[in-house]
Amino acid sequence: MSNGHTEQKSLVERLQSIDRRIIFVFIGLAVVIPLLFGATLKEETTPIVQAFFDTVDELPEGSRVLLSFDYGPTTAPEIQPMVDAIVRQCGERKCKMYMMAVWATGHNLTWETIEKILKPEFPEYEYGIDYINLGYKAGNQGLIRVILVDFKMMYSTDANNTAIDDFPMMKNIRNLKNFDLIISFGGGFPGIKEWVLYAGDPGKIPIGGGCTAVSAPLLYPYYPNQLIGILGGAKGAAEYENALIQAYPKYKDRKMAGMSLMMSQAVAHVVIMFFILFGNVLYFIQRSRDRARATGAE
Amino acid sequence: MNARKMASYIVLAVIVIAFVISVALKGFLVTIGAFLTLFIFSFLYKDNPYYKFAEHLFVGVSAAYWMCMGFWGTMVPNLFGKLYPPVVGPVLPALKDDPVQLHMVIPLVLGILLLMRLSSKAGWISRWALAFIVGTTAGLNLVRYLRSDFIQQINNTVFSLYVNNASGFDLGATLSNVIVFGGVICGLIYFFFSKEHKGAFGAGARTGITVLMITFGASFGYTVMARISLLVGRMQFLFGDWLGMIR
Repeated sequence: MSNGHTEQKSLVERLQSIDRRIIFVFIGLAVVIPLLFGATLKEETTPIVQAFFDTVDELPEGSRVLLSFDYGPTTAPEIQPMVDAIVRQCGERKCKMYMMAVWATGHNLTWETIEKILKPEFPEYEYGIDYINLGYKAGNQGLIRVILVDFKMMYSTDANNTAIDDFPMMKNIRNLKNFDLIISFGGGFPGIKEWVLYAGDPGKIPIGGGCTAVSAPLLYPYYPNQLIGILGGAKGAAEYENALIQAYPKYKDRKMAGMSLMMSQAVAHVVIMFFILFGNVLYFIQRSRDRARATGAE
Repeated sequence: MNARKMASYIVLAVIVIAFVISVALKGFLVTIGAFLTLFIFSFLYKDNPYYKFAEHLFVGVSAAYWMCMGFWGTMVPNLFGKLYPPVVGPVLPALKDDPVQLHMVIPLVLGILLLMRLSSKAGWISRWALAFIVGTTAGLNLVRYLRSDFIQQINNTVFSLYVNNASGFDLGATLSNVIVFGGVICGLIYFFFSKEHKGAFGAGARTGITVLMITFGASFGYTVMARISLLVGRMQFLFGDWLGMIR
């Protein structure tokens, strides 16, 4: 009896100090297995994402939308699905897309989006007439502050070093107030918050944001008065893709990057919750045993 | 040769062979991406030279990338191109006929002053440029944060606690507004230390800390989601782009 009790106790102790690498293996499997089977989850679009979608969808043809790529490869798995979905929607609405970056790493991701989404899916779009890549400029919030007043003070050329006055779509752009909507993709600094503070609020320009999940809780207080909507992490991207499919059924059979993340997300979350509960149960078992042992010793 | 050294040589040989095979099958860039990803993941097992190599490479490449982008994207067109346009003519022909903007001498001088910190004797001069940066940033931020993050946020919290929609009383929106309003008030009470947290005031403070805890929990949940997304992204690359197991 005594030996059995000792064995059980040591098992609890062993489980409490389980090697973290075993947990990594479980998380890895939880992420990989749904990916290998191509499992997806059905998403419902929440009001905060729907409000964003509706604002873009109500833009008249030829509206000027400024897309700021304020992210890098490290957060691309979360942000890129949002970018793809919004570029598709802007393409469907025949908006003019002005692309720029306040992050140096956003510069290359802008070209990638143009090559992977815009050019193959919207071949009628012409560079300089329907879309333009203005590239990256240093200056953070200072850059935003300057282009709110004078766009060409910072942007005298596009990303290909061509004078921007040579492009028809840049003819009537004097400052940020000439845009119908600004959308920032990011979440770090500088990012959505800086766009709200230095462009949206002082210029009374509608701003939308697609951000990493980490920064989403800090940005929700800006909705709905200072942001038209927020896409928070992979979930926000998947919801936006769902709204896109509902409005444009031609995307129904296309593989959506955001939605394809969600099954792995769900399974990994279940595994994490299991380990949290498991750890707590073990903790309480251990505590009750310690108390019983202390009482016995007295 | 001891067993440990032997094992490290075997691991190195396996990596080299796998690398060569992968380059032949999948190309150089995908292979580099895959191996660097695996090197970084190897830290999950324990710290090792492969992880250190990938980490240092990342830091070095990132610094160089940002520096080059800053130089060619901003300094060349926005500083040199405006100070003396013909000098950037060979790389930016579009700007060669632009008018000279002499006021750009000011940022040039400030930039040079900032670089003086590289000198042990004249390093103190960089403080002038730094003082300019700190002063302008503080001034710029003070106004904008006060208006957008303080006044406008108060405005965002003032709304009707009884919401009607087209079909009458809207319970969901009313509850939502009550929770936001109550949460803000209780959160503020928690941080008000001029009065002892007792009685009704104490109950408000306890509700405030509960609201804060819920907020931290939500933030943690979002953080987990973010990290898992990044992991999924890497796995999609490894099992999809590299190994071709995901369609």
